[in-house]
Amino acid sequence: MADRDFIRQMPEQSLGGERGLLGAIHLDPWLLLLLSVLLCAGLVVLYSGADQNVAVVEAQGVRIGIGFLIMVLLAQPDPAFYRRWSPLVYIAGVMALMAVLIMGVGAKGAQRWLDLPGLPRFQPSEFMKLAVPAMAAWYLSRFYLPPSLSRLMVAVVLVLVPMVLIIRQPDLGTALLVGAAGLVVVFFAGISWKLVGAFLALIGVTAPALWFFVMREYQKQRVLTLLNPESDPLGSGWNIIQSKTAIGSGGLTGKGWLSGTQSHLDFLPESHTDFIVAVLAEEFGFIGVLALLFLYLLIIGRCFYIAVYAQDSFSRLLAGALTMTFFVYVFVNIGMVSGILPIVGVPLPLVSFGGTSIVTLMAGFGVLMSIHTHRRMLAA
Amino acid sequence: MTMMRRLVSAWRFVFVVSVFLAAGVTLGWRLVDLHVVDQAFLNQQGEVRSTRIDPVEAHRGMLTDRKGQPLAVSTPVETIWANPRDIDADDPRIARVARVLDISEADLRRRLRTHQNRQFIYVRRKVQPELADAVMAQDVPGFHTRRDYRRYYPTGEVSAHLTGFTNIDEQGQEGIELTYNDWLSGQAGAKRVVQDNRGRVIKDLSLVREAKPGKDLALSIDLRLQYLAYRELKAVVQAHDARSGTLVMLDVDTGEVLAMVNQPSFNPNDRSQLDPRRLRNRAITDLFEPGSTMKPFSATAALETGAFTPRTRVETSPGYLRFGQYTIRDTRNHGELSLSEVISESSNVGMSKVAGEIGGNTIRNLYYRVGFGQATGVGFPGEAVGVLPAPPEWRPVEVATLSYGYGMSVNALQLAQAYMVLANGGVRYPISLLKQDEAPEGERVIPEAVSRQVRGMLRKVVEEGTGRRGAPAIYDAGGKTGTVHLVGAGGYQKSQYKAIFAGVAPADNPRVACVVAVDAPSNGEYYGGEVAAPVFARVVNDALRLMNARPDIDGTSVAQSPVDDGERG
Repeated sequence: MADRDFIRQMPEQSLGGERGLLGAIHLDPWLLLLLSVLLCAGLVVLYSGADQNVAVVEAQGVRIGIGFLIMVLLAQPDPAFYRRWSPLVYIAGVMALMAVLIMGVGAKGAQRWLDLPGLPRFQPSEFMKLAVPAMAAWYLSRFYLPPSLSRLMVAVVLVLVPMVLIIRQPDLGTALLVGAAGLVVVFFAGISWKLVGAFLALIGVTAPALWFFVMREYQKQRVLTLLNPESDPLGSGWNIIQSKTAIGSGGLTGKGWLSGTQSHLDFLPESHTDFIVAVLAEEFGFIGVLALLFLYLLIIGRCFYIAVYAQDSFSRLLAGALTMTFFVYVFVNIGMVSGILPIVGVPLPLVSFGGTSIVTLMAGFGVLMSIHTHRRMLAA
Repeated sequence: MTMMRRLVSAWRFVFVVSVFLAAGVTLGWRLVDLHVVDQAFLNQQGEVRSTRIDPVEAHRGMLTDRKGQPLAVSTPVETIWANPRDIDADDPRIARVARVLDISEADLRRRLRTHQNRQFIYVRRKVQPELADAVMAQDVPGFHTRRDYRRYYPTGEVSAHLTGFTNIDEQGQEGIELTYNDWLSGQAGAKRVVQDNRGRVIKDLSLVREAKPGKDLALSIDLRLQYLAYRELKAVVQAHDARSGTLVMLDVDTGEVLAMVNQPSFNPNDRSQLDPRRLRNRAITDLFEPGSTMKPFSATAALETGAFTPRTRVETSPGYLRFGQYTIRDTRNHGELSLSEVISESSNVGMSKVAGEIGGNTIRNLYYRVGFGQATGVGFPGEAVGVLPAPPEWRPVEVATLSYGYGMSVNALQLAQAYMVLANGGVRYPISLLKQDEAPEGERVIPEAVSRQVRGMLRKVVEEGTGRRGAPAIYDAGGKTGTVHLVGAGGYQKSQYKAIFAGVAPADNPRVACVVAVDAPSNGEYYGGEVAAPVFARVVNDALRLMNARPDIDGTSVAQSPVDDGERG
């Protein structure tokens, strides 16, 4: 495995076991099984996190249904289809992001939504989580890999443009996810050690600049709070202290489903959205969180497997980027809830209440399934 | 080229997997840290957040009269409090709370702002449960209610001086409420409750300490007699435009106070405009010179020596007596009187002559034995003991004035106590404001025969002397009038008097002793026999009837009562 070329490898093993009904509709059984388990478990935790509000669970169920539908739909086309349409979708997305800045709607000082007549209200930035890596993959896969420095620069610009637009909304969390997805493509496309080093150095140099010129006060505050939440326990430190308390008080085996005191008595903020892990941790304990982490790891592993065995550069780059996006989601969310990352508005993928992210994620899994289930036809 | 690309790719692959694993390990380590290492601390932090100790208010004991009628009761109410930390002082909803509670919105906001770092302030204490519900219905975060008790005095003014009152924290401030505060107050308990983030109690978890309710206390007064006394005293104080008044009635066989009222009085339920003058339980806290009401005790001392009988003749002409610069006067020249007539005509001259023969110490000792110059032992806050002089050498004028109640001070309760001793045949019982379940231990201080003789004299006062208006309608009574100059800023006041009547009834077998004193009557009449005696007559008459005492006089004929009077016998 270690000496196999990650980008160029052409897998040769048989795909026979994956045929059948699911294969016919281009669904990957492993991924489907893992996602189903996660989504069901998520609903159980959500019921508790939302204070046993059945309406919340039903709404989430509906979104999961829509997500599933979209996943199945997106699994049908050949990856070539995505490659063809990537530039157009990307351009449309960037224009939508510009439109958001001009005429978007939103709340709490951030414009994130676009309300176009004849279309349902949507968040273009969410959609860019797929479009940006697809665009980067399209651009880089047109040339021999690894790409030259100038092409890398172009790819980076392609990633940075929507990222900057999203930051302006402002929505740092989504911008970071979009940026990560795009840069992962660049990384997988094969940049040299030196460039990676240079990039890291660049981040090191620009971080102070970002701190002083780009980041808003509330964003800085979040970072400071991470370093010392007890400095303002009733203000900015409240969320993180409460969530740590909730997690820790769960102990090894937890207090039992629906019995968490911190989550049910309003002490835990956002208990059914971003901080739902804390509910799980309080009620199901260390064992419960470990099981969840393991489930995520299996899903990430399966996605990564799909990326490794993808048959063309575009598919491989895109699959790798989608895998990384999902990974970043999980890591950033659990990291922030457990107090090792600053608080950015990243939901726990597929578990937190909230429609857009579920639909986007399921769409991503649909594309991954498409990549995986169209292999033989491509290879043949 | 291929080789190198392979290496790059291999490194890339390892790098990605490493990142996944590193992230997984980091999260796992963090969770171990929180779940296992910090578990005890964080769990305790969770407890701290979600539970708190709340007080369980104890019910304060009830005050009742001797028959169980309530005089002071604690009724459950709600107290509205707020946690300013949970409240934005600019929250528009605060206006709704203020409106429902009928308090100033600006004031409430200012207090919330001033105490924004506190976690507890009172918003309004002791409101009716319905009002508390209305506030809670506004559902404004940070406002809470707590069970509380409010002291209520159903009899209002009538027994206000006796019961006293509590402050807003249910601690006795005056009267019995103060004296017996420890007995009445319960001990607040504590319970652990589960609270939510707004501090609202979700459920009771456990009782940390049970609340010990206070004990009830039965006073010795009979509310029916108390009402009666209150009504008559108030009427006389108003009719004579008097400054104040006091009435005390004792059960002569137990020393229990059956009624104790003062004017002016106050409403203990609404003390918003309280004049401290109205607060005093004058029967116990105010001292005065008893004047002629002391003459029966001087006569007792004389009879006790054996040198006097009720019929012993005393020359009172020419109606005055000089001691150097001092002159003692009678209202008129009574001529020669028997000792009994000295009392019934209230002759200062006659009394002074008797006193001169028996000496100051004899009189003083008798006074002391019947309770003057000592605390009555009721333990009422602010009791004034009074002065009973005991000079090493008695000057004649001092002996004379002491014999008719000047140069000493008493309170009304002490005076009633002394009359109780005469009434019950010479036994001094400890005075009690609490109902006595068993007969108290008395101390004989006057021979029975002497007390009977003095009662005969008292009866004569009411039948044919200065106290004729003190005769109850259907009972025979004995008593003595007193009219004393009030002492003011420059000595005795020329035209201000205290009208006193002290007596016992029924005359032949007394059950009650009663003292009535009215300060500064200012509608012409001011003698004890004019102002105080009629109150005695009415109150004692109705009181005895309520106590089912057999009437001495029926509607038509005057029954001949058995002779117990040495003079007439």
